[in-house]
Amino acid sequence: MAESPISRGFRARPRLEAHRHRIPPGQHLVTDFPVLSAGPTPAVDLARWRFSLRDGEQMLGEWSWDAFNALPQTEIKTDIHCVTTWSKFDTVWRGVTVDDLLRAVGRDGPPAPYVMMHSIGGYTTNLPSADIVDGKAMVATQFDNKPLDPEHGWPARLVVPHLYFWKSAKWISGLRFMPTNEPGFWEELGYHEYGDPWKEQRYVGD
Amino acid sequence: MSVISPTNPARTTWRVAEVVEVRDETPRVRTLKLHVPDWPGHKPGQHVDVRLTDEEGLQAQRSYSIATPPEEKMISLAVERLEDGEVSPYLAREVRVGDRFELRGPIGGYFVWTVECGGPLVLIGGGSGVVPLVSMLRHRAIQKATMPAKLIYSARRYEELIFRDEIDRLAASDPNLEVAYTLTREQPAGWQGGTKRLDKESLKELVPAPNVNPQIFVCGPTGLVEATARLLVEIGHDRGRIRTERFGPTSA
Repeated sequence: MAESPISRGFRARPRLEAHRHRIPPGQHLVTDFPVLSAGPTPAVDLARWRFSLRDGEQMLGEWSWDAFNALPQTEIKTDIHCVTTWSKFDTVWRGVTVDDLLRAVGRDGPPAPYVMMHSIGGYTTNLPSADIVDGKAMVATQFDNKPLDPEHGWPARLVVPHLYFWKSAKWISGLRFMPTNEPGFWEELGYHEYGDPWKEQRYVGD
Repeated sequence: MSVISPTNPARTTWRVAEVVEVRDETPRVRTLKLHVPDWPGHKPGQHVDVRLTDEEGLQAQRSYSIATPPEEKMISLAVERLEDGEVSPYLAREVRVGDRFELRGPIGGYFVWTVECGGPLVLIGGGSGVVPLVSMLRHRAIQKATMPAKLIYSARRYEELIFRDEIDRLAASDPNLEVAYTLTREQPAGWQGGTKRLDKESLKELVPAPNVNPQIFVCGPTGLVEATARLLVEIGHDRGRIRTERFGPTSA
């Protein structure tokens, strides 16, 4: 649409110059860590927890909790951006990069161009495979040097910080690579299929 | 998880909404009735994004639930004022009739209920989390639907119950609607309702049993939603029939 009307009497909080290139359009900075989920937080039994990597129906690899934690660990510090307009700076995550997961099953790249993230409880979200390799994503088991809080995805969640955070599936249980793009849970419900915060791709058609 | 088909698969465009009425519901909550040109319609439970622009061109964007049912031509938002907020103090105090701001929606297709979804319907709200639930109740009343429905509404104090008179009227005129309030911090003299936070015992008593398969919607602050959803699962409710919407303190 053309020009945004001025909201009489409204004063936005001043944006620090230093933040201009860190806060995407339409976002604001928070210091707490809001929770957004569509249903109850699942109760997870670590003894029965499994993480799987699939190419379509074919199983590429599966890990128990102990085996998963024996994989190479990486720590990242990154800003995150939620589609509900909050952004948070310098979040610290520790876990296994998708590159290392692929390496662990003898692959040097994704076997198919798209990937669906699957979570305990049925949540799904889709992405181009290129967005989760080359250091762009990890399956994190720690936030701020502690195990994840249950409502933030314990025991493991995906972290894809360059996209809106609904792509960073909580309670993740596996990745399924697929030859064509398919919509995940929120993507079926009107949210953008890709979700680049810098292009403000919140909803279909953005 | 079952999924309701998208209400609005087309592009969600920004529209300029005009305030046609403001109404204080509680000391901190104000309803804004809005005229939105070409509003595409919504389902009860959905929300909108609001975008404000100041004189220097700086913008701020937040989400608010729609309080009105789809049957009404104009939409209303009920905004709770958070003192350190950037947007809510403006919307819940500054705004006057005739003011305009941008809005787009409807957004969200999961925390949604229409009479076609059937019942029994259980709505559990904490604080301003009752807003999307009231949209569902208003829709149900206009449609004269008769499936059993129950609203369980937790607030800190009596005067903080949003839409209290209307909820009471709806309940009084509808034998299939039950309302249970709980006031967790302070109760007026002679208070007959609940006096503590929702716990396993009260949820067992108030929510229809798992074997009648209620559809449950829980909306409110994260703490209430987390605890309530967890207890409902423990009681035996199917997690796929519990839909949640959480308000963090940052929805300011």
